[in-house]
Amino acid sequence: MRILPKYTQRGAVVILMAATLFILLVLAFIVIFILMKGFSVLSLNFLISSPEDMGRSGGIFPTLIGSAILPILAIVIAGPLGVLTSVYLCEYTRETRITKIIRFATDCLSGIPSIIFGLFGFIFFVETLGFGWSILSGGLTLAVMVLPTIIRTSEEALRAVPQSYREVSFSLGASRWHTVKKVVLPNALPGIVTGIMLSIGRSISETAAVIFTAGSSLRLPTSLFDSTRTMAVHFYILAREGISNENAYGTAAVLIIAVLSINLIAYWTMNRFIAKRS
Amino acid sequence: MSGMNIKFKIENLSIFCNKEQYLKNANFDISANEILGIIGPSGSGKTTFLRALNRMNELHPGFRNEGRILMDGNDIYSPDTDVIELRKKVGIVFAMPAPLPMSIYENVVYGVRLSGIHDSQKLDQLVEESLTESYLWNEVKDRLKLSGLRLSGGQQQRLCLARVLAMKPDVILLDEPCSGLDPISTSKIEDALNELKKNYTIILVTNNTKQAARVSDKTAFFLMGEMIEIGDTKKIFTSPLKKETDDYITGKFG
Repeated sequence: MRILPKYTQRGAVVILMAATLFILLVLAFIVIFILMKGFSVLSLNFLISSPEDMGRSGGIFPTLIGSAILPILAIVIAGPLGVLTSVYLCEYTRETRITKIIRFATDCLSGIPSIIFGLFGFIFFVETLGFGWSILSGGLTLAVMVLPTIIRTSEEALRAVPQSYREVSFSLGASRWHTVKKVVLPNALPGIVTGIMLSIGRSISETAAVIFTAGSSLRLPTSLFDSTRTMAVHFYILAREGISNENAYGTAAVLIIAVLSINLIAYWTMNRFIAKRS
Repeated sequence: MSGMNIKFKIENLSIFCNKEQYLKNANFDISANEILGIIGPSGSGKTTFLRALNRMNELHPGFRNEGRILMDGNDIYSPDTDVIELRKKVGIVFAMPAPLPMSIYENVVYGVRLSGIHDSQKLDQLVEESLTESYLWNEVKDRLKLSGLRLSGGQQQRLCLARVLAMKPDVILLDEPCSGLDPISTSKIEDALNELKKNYTIILVTNNTKQAARVSDKTAFFLMGEMIEIGDTKKIFTSPLKKETDDYITGKFG
């Protein structure tokens, strides 16, 4: 028996829509669940006051700072390094054995569980280099962790820029660097920013790699060599040690709102940027 | 007509990419201030030859030349040649209209800015001049800030021509510039070329033999990597010396 195309078409639409809807539902469920659980403790005071009694009461201000500073440090280090590497791989070398090895290595690196990066950071940055449990150790570890993501997404973005743009630029007497600067990078920017946003999201919610390297001090840090605690680590400790479930969910709610707003702002900025160019 | 001046001298030129040979031992001259039409079936080496004249081939790995190309007496492949300066003097319009994803204005001044001209009055003037020469000014003068990608295919191609003209080159290479265009856009480009040859040397690769007959002063016929015949357009189209040329023009193959 043959099923008429109009029925298979309808069937396909239903299945595709159901899949999409399911994903949205899962996301909505998680967000709503966390927000409802954490809602009771959410207040301005919760955000701007320091935790008391290990976090049993009081707010989460130092962990907000920790969650802001670590990803920023990680991106400040890994962003330029990753983008420049991808420009080199994409624009300045031809496909050789070495570029293939580099690409393979970055792929392997991005598949390594974050706790391994945590262990590496502990051994290398905390102990060997003597940075101790500190913002610097944590930021460097996160930078190493997100570097492969930034390199690979930037590379994809650069490759997606039509070859004809480069040819045109060269044909008008542009050097390679000028072509990269004026034509290739601006057109790859949306993709590069997406990769960087992904990396910020990953580092802001990272726990394993951070707890081993930045420590879990609840004091407000005053230098790069101070230990700090991020919201994710705070949540982990509060929940695991059974200190305070309410405050744990409150922290999680703030974290989730932060990540969602960062994504929304990035999305909105990108759209404006793209609209302006075309 | 100053057809006596020789712009390019092609000497024993062969072009290879990896193991394959795209051009076989070509020898001929290209006069200044004329339009040379290059015709021939696809795969005959026309485009490869054209792209050799401003060293675009070398952007792709594997390309290699034998023989020489002299421009105004200088070997353009000699180590002393500055390839960036060469490309400023020998502009190219590609087969597919390829505006850069920026405004019309920025497209036109892209190459000019590279040469260090930043005076906005000078740039404005260059934009108007070049767009006028490429028969596009009247259509876009009120919307120079519009993205070049928003123009129609025919307008885009004239924008690409303007972009080259703004550089004040000596030579303009055109690689089937009208292959994707409607007849009206095509005739506008042809009109522009007829005006331009007073000041520039133009080399036009075309799949459309009628176009070569309409606009070029001299015509060269390429076949399977060989330059079969070159001569005055009238002669090539009425009494070609070689049988292959005659067969191609009369449509027996290709």
